[in-house]
Amino acid sequence: MDIPQIIANGIVLGALYACIAVGFSLVWGVLNVINMLHGSFIILGGYLAYFAWAHLGLYPILVLPVVALIVFALGYLLQYLFINKVVTAPVLTTLTLTFGLDMILYNLMTVYFTATPRRVTLDVGSLELAGVFMPVDRLIGMGLALLLTGLLYLVMRASTIGRAIVAVRMDRQAAALMGIRVNRIYAITFGIGALMAGAAGTVFAMVFPVTTNLTGSFLGKAFVVCVIGGLGSVPGALVGGLALGLIESFAGFLFGPQHAITVGFLLMLLLLLVRPTGLIGVKGYE
Amino acid sequence: MTSGLLGRLPAGALGYALCALWIALLAASPLTGDNYLVRIAVMISMFSAMALSWNFIGGFTGYPSFSTAAFFGLGCYVGAIAQRNGLPLFAAWALATLFVAAFAALLGLIILRLKGHYFAIGSIAIVEVTRLLVSSWGSVTGGGDGLNVPLMQGSPGAVAAQVLYAMLGVLLVAFAATLAVQRGRLGFGLRCIHQNEDAADMVGVDTTRFKIAAYTLSALFCGTVGAIYASWVGYIDPTDSFSILLTIKVPVMALLGGPGTAIGPVLGAGVFVLLEEFFWANFLQWNRAILGGIIVFLIFFLPGGLLKIDYRRFYRRAAERRAAGKAAA
Repeated sequence: MDIPQIIANGIVLGALYACIAVGFSLVWGVLNVINMLHGSFIILGGYLAYFAWAHLGLYPILVLPVVALIVFALGYLLQYLFINKVVTAPVLTTLTLTFGLDMILYNLMTVYFTATPRRVTLDVGSLELAGVFMPVDRLIGMGLALLLTGLLYLVMRASTIGRAIVAVRMDRQAAALMGIRVNRIYAITFGIGALMAGAAGTVFAMVFPVTTNLTGSFLGKAFVVCVIGGLGSVPGALVGGLALGLIESFAGFLFGPQHAITVGFLLMLLLLLVRPTGLIGVKGYE
Repeated sequence: MTSGLLGRLPAGALGYALCALWIALLAASPLTGDNYLVRIAVMISMFSAMALSWNFIGGFTGYPSFSTAAFFGLGCYVGAIAQRNGLPLFAAWALATLFVAAFAALLGLIILRLKGHYFAIGSIAIVEVTRLLVSSWGSVTGGGDGLNVPLMQGSPGAVAAQVLYAMLGVLLVAFAATLAVQRGRLGFGLRCIHQNEDAADMVGVDTTRFKIAAYTLSALFCGTVGAIYASWVGYIDPTDSFSILLTIKVPVMALLGGPGTAIGPVLGAGVFVLLEEFFWANFLQWNRAILGGIIVFLIFFLPGGLLKIDYRRFYRRAAERRAAGKAAA
């Protein structure tokens, strides 16, 4: 395999990783909660898209907004009912709580959807450009992932809700004094995090098979991307995602595919120690 | 009458007496001849030892460590590989203990510079990295195929009893270590770090050394029980040994009982294993969801663990109700 192909694979993978991680990063940055549910939200989105395609014949691109809204509602409710009650507690409490909720969601999914790997097969062929070979469905996936990430960036920058979220992230007390209802912003933020996960899952189901066994691995990607790129910013997640995609692609080529993930994690540990703010430092979420 | 008797005993004596009784009960389980009971006793002892271990870093020091599964898994593998290379049983267990302790001390030097969320993520990443390394280093660890461990000699009943006493031994050592730490300089320093690390540093607590000591203690016993576990089950693989579920379950047990105490982790591990056993037996399909439900319940309704519940209030209420009943009659 030659270098341009490795880079192309890395970028496609990286765009998907950015989309996976951006919601997780938002929740961590704003609520200061490590959301262990994130992997299950992604798989839930993927499964919903698959079932809409398999049973109703709907294309993932069409159902994406619906799936995203369903997962948003679930995220909003979970935050409003449970996580909000302990949102200021130490990380041990919040992490354990989201893990407990994740066990319930995971169990529901394995019982009702079973753990069979499922994938939406679009059969759109593949492209070859200057010696780089790329299946078209992956290109569509990459495009969608970048589009979603860009949309979130716009929402954060230009909408009232987005500005309110940024304000809460910067200074919770000051935001409350400015008339922002912090608890509602927390629930919306968590909902948006879930929404991005559901949308990312829909995109993923078009490209790779999804199964409940993958929840942990998606969560792991979100950790690594957040630490590499820096917490709580859309550009950070994008940089982290692309970096991880390229690192895994090159590491897979150099050391064999079984070591690609290990290299990513080792790099994350290293970065945690050297530069815990990530490649792009922590500033406001904008 | 009862309260008078309780008042005359030294503080906490009832708890320790009940704890001793509980450990004696666990030790007596082979007498029943029921291998299922012995198996549960082994699980309880094993998780008690691990919950006590976690308590050093998570309970006393207040660091959200989720690397228990890495220590347990490494203990499994070091013990198994040592035994496959001809080391006798006890030497293999001792080697696993030393290896895991050294590993944790070195790792602690690096990872304990992180705090809060970053420490939590880092400690989970340690589990992932060790699992990935063990599963990709196929020539030594057998990779994803796992590893067969030489079986222990003797009848199934005798082997189970031997494992039980080994686990109980670790449990007692961990318990003694907890008491020693709790009453000594180390425990005082760790509690200071828990309350305010910067202030502790200012008044002369060597925070780095204390934290590394706590982290190493939190690994040590996990390594030993890992090696014993490997000898007991006879077969280990990466997903089972380095399970993310284990890494969360152990802190949950300590939290369930009462973190930062000596009896809490033992109580929590016992209750948790019994509940889990009950749910496995009766609701196989929903096992994971029910455990998740227990965690959610624990966070909301038992924030200080079972030990913090004011049991005397229940007793008083019952007494009042009885008195009210008598008065009405």
